[in-house]
Amino acid sequence: MSQAHAGLAPTRTTLDNGVVVLAKETRTTPAVTINLAVRAGSICDSADAPGATHLLSRVIDRGTTTRSADEISEELDNRGIALTIGVTRHVFAIVCTCLAEDFDAVFALLGDMLMSPTVPESELATRKREVITGIRQDEDNPAVRASETLMALLYPDHPYGRLTKGTVEIVEALTRARLVRLHAERFAPSALTAVVVGDVAVSRAADAAARVFGAWRDAPPVPIEIAHVAEATTRRRVVIPMMNKAQADIAYGFTAIARADPAYYAFWLMNNALGQYAIGGRLGDSIRERQGMAYYVSSSLDANVVEGPLVVRAGVSPENVDRAIASIDEELVRLTRDGLTEKEFAESRQYLIGSMPRRLETNSDITQFLQTLEFFGLGLDYDVRLPALLGAVTLDETLAAARRILDPDRATVVIAGPYEQP
Amino acid sequence: MAVPVTQAALGNGLKVLVQEEHTAPLASVWCWYKAGSKLERPGLTGVSHWVEHMNFKGTANIPRDQVKGIIEQVGGSWNGYTWIDQTTYFETATRDALDRMLFIEAERMANCLYHPDDCESERTVIISELQGGENDPDQFLDQEVTATAFKAHAYRHPTIGWLSDLQTMTREDLYGYYRRHYIPNNATLVIVGDVDTAEALRRVEHYFENIPAGELPARMRTVEPEQTGERRVTIRREGTTAYLKAAYHAPAVGDPGFFPLLALDAVLTGAKGLNLWSSFRLPPAQRRARLYRALVERGLASSVGGALLPTEEPFLYAISVTATEGTPLASVEAALLEELDRVTRDAVTDAELAKAKQQLKARLVFDNDSVTNIAHQLGYYETIAGVDTYRTLDRSIAAVTLDEVAAAASTFKASNRTIGWFDPVTT
Repeated sequence: MSQAHAGLAPTRTTLDNGVVVLAKETRTTPAVTINLAVRAGSICDSADAPGATHLLSRVIDRGTTTRSADEISEELDNRGIALTIGVTRHVFAIVCTCLAEDFDAVFALLGDMLMSPTVPESELATRKREVITGIRQDEDNPAVRASETLMALLYPDHPYGRLTKGTVEIVEALTRARLVRLHAERFAPSALTAVVVGDVAVSRAADAAARVFGAWRDAPPVPIEIAHVAEATTRRRVVIPMMNKAQADIAYGFTAIARADPAYYAFWLMNNALGQYAIGGRLGDSIRERQGMAYYVSSSLDANVVEGPLVVRAGVSPENVDRAIASIDEELVRLTRDGLTEKEFAESRQYLIGSMPRRLETNSDITQFLQTLEFFGLGLDYDVRLPALLGAVTLDETLAAARRILDPDRATVVIAGPYEQP
Repeated sequence: MAVPVTQAALGNGLKVLVQEEHTAPLASVWCWYKAGSKLERPGLTGVSHWVEHMNFKGTANIPRDQVKGIIEQVGGSWNGYTWIDQTTYFETATRDALDRMLFIEAERMANCLYHPDDCESERTVIISELQGGENDPDQFLDQEVTATAFKAHAYRHPTIGWLSDLQTMTREDLYGYYRRHYIPNNATLVIVGDVDTAEALRRVEHYFENIPAGELPARMRTVEPEQTGERRVTIRREGTTAYLKAAYHAPAVGDPGFFPLLALDAVLTGAKGLNLWSSFRLPPAQRRARLYRALVERGLASSVGGALLPTEEPFLYAISVTATEGTPLASVEAALLEELDRVTRDAVTDAELAKAKQQLKARLVFDNDSVTNIAHQLGYYETIAGVDTYRTLDRSIAAVTLDEVAAAASTFKASNRTIGWFDPVTT
């Protein structure tokens, strides 16, 4: 058992089968958040069946070897809780908040789902219909269409470019046997991090984890190698006309960096000033504040296991699409030519350092933070070290970060909405 | 809910609520105004929300280019929202930023600038917000159903406003509304966090006591007449997915029928939080709920949700359904109405009511997971019904009887309903 000495100071234990348990006791309210994350995200989908992991996430909680779907539903509803089961590129997570008095029973229930789902055929059929409806909703959503198309263009033949939910045809064809096999191949104790944050003693959390997961003996999954990503060499522009819509969504992006890149903190600061600080940073100041073109505009950096994207998103009237894209271009040129001002640099740094206590305000915030630091191996004292990591970044390093990727001549731009190529 | 809340009032009428929470080194400050979209007259719909936007544009003592960064500089978060009964603004930051947060809210109350250029540039931002909402067929249907369910009360128009009003409103309209409603005797200031109550009250006095009281704005007198027959709205537009809404006139939070209907909603669609601001973060506990079983488990719908939101005057209980691919809306509607008939005819069981109460009890706990959310709840309820309504939510829920729930089911009579369809046209 190891423990950091200041700040959040979570407690980390490892069961002998490899399950990692992170716990933190808090006392704001008599509730607890449980976050069970398995390193089995959508990258586990084979190239011919994107969406399989997502479909598994919709049915994993609908029957186990010891509980029927109805029994699970009864256990959840009687305690007033609902699960959030999410799939990202690398992680499959079952999350829920329950009363502290229900912790042991709920933890055991979640563990059962994670280890022993049966994927009943009747449940699979019902959940497929829900997923297909969700895919149809996405097809009618300009923001989703723009983002998904951008990812496919930035990451051709790569797991990051695939559709997380898949397509209607693929989902219809997925079988129970395939989902059961996917679960058997990818879910194992060595891939699990269990995080418990709330009004529960750390020892109680560790005991529950040992009781529920201690006997799980599946072998470690075969690692999935993810290729590095080639940068775009030319500017690309794709229009998806959706003439039934009132507003167009723009997704404008680049492949950027991996989380382990030494320049990560410079990129983080640079992106904060570009598209986040004080409602959208420089982009918000230009496109929303000064030109009044958009209700939302921002940039996001998703540094990941390999080079994740930096994406600018905006929603604008069709007549403003070209002007908005020109403004994004202009801000990127200005940033890569002149860099940030001393004031912008200082403000963003102060913000990122000063916001740490607030970003850990709720149990749910803390569980997510702990999952991230475990996934990327950042260390239990990461919250304490973060000010120094950000403090060490120089203004020149943020300029170098901007110059490394933000070249409008290599940008990929997708527009979805009531707009047609001029 | 044993934690004490200190209630105070300044000489100018500003109400102040302070609750100490020493679990994290944070403080949250919220300033609430009884200035919701129900106060808007024809031609000025959307003014409350637009005014909210203008109140982030700089003040006499906070230059325009600093206003959005003033709290982020110290790592804090900030925002605001407008709805039918209220407008509110907040900051959450470390406790040593309390003075800065109070300074911002005092400036916002008294000294916003409303530069004509800023009013113009914000006009198009707000129209962009409206159009972004219209991109979502479910949200568009919601707006149309609400407008159909009300024929007299100003709850009928959307908080964002009607497009023609947003295109024509003037700077004088905005500034006039700001001056009439942003007065201390129309506001409640809430502080929750790692603070000392006496010291916090002294700081509030320092920043707010010199802001003069004003004449309270007139309240709208119109009461929605009882609905006398079913209303329907059918939207046929290009789209991929069919949506249905059933809206029923429902009690205000202060009416005796509110909590029984809340329990009935938990039986039908699962309990959700009573925090308008944060409850969407947690999905409802609904797998054994009647409408979930009747619609989702039978494959007719991919989702069903119920919403009875606490409001100052009688608003709506709305059920929203997303039909599964290929399911006709008529089938969804028939199954929905059959379940509502059944609950009216046969009432709910003891076990169902006990489960609903347990679910709601858990949700009240989940809602209070941060100083930001606790402060939200105090101010939200104070603005619409008084803070005691909030502090007795657990007792109000526990006291609901089977007979009261049976009476609440009369909400579902046909003459009280508005049915909306978004029936997609595929091209």
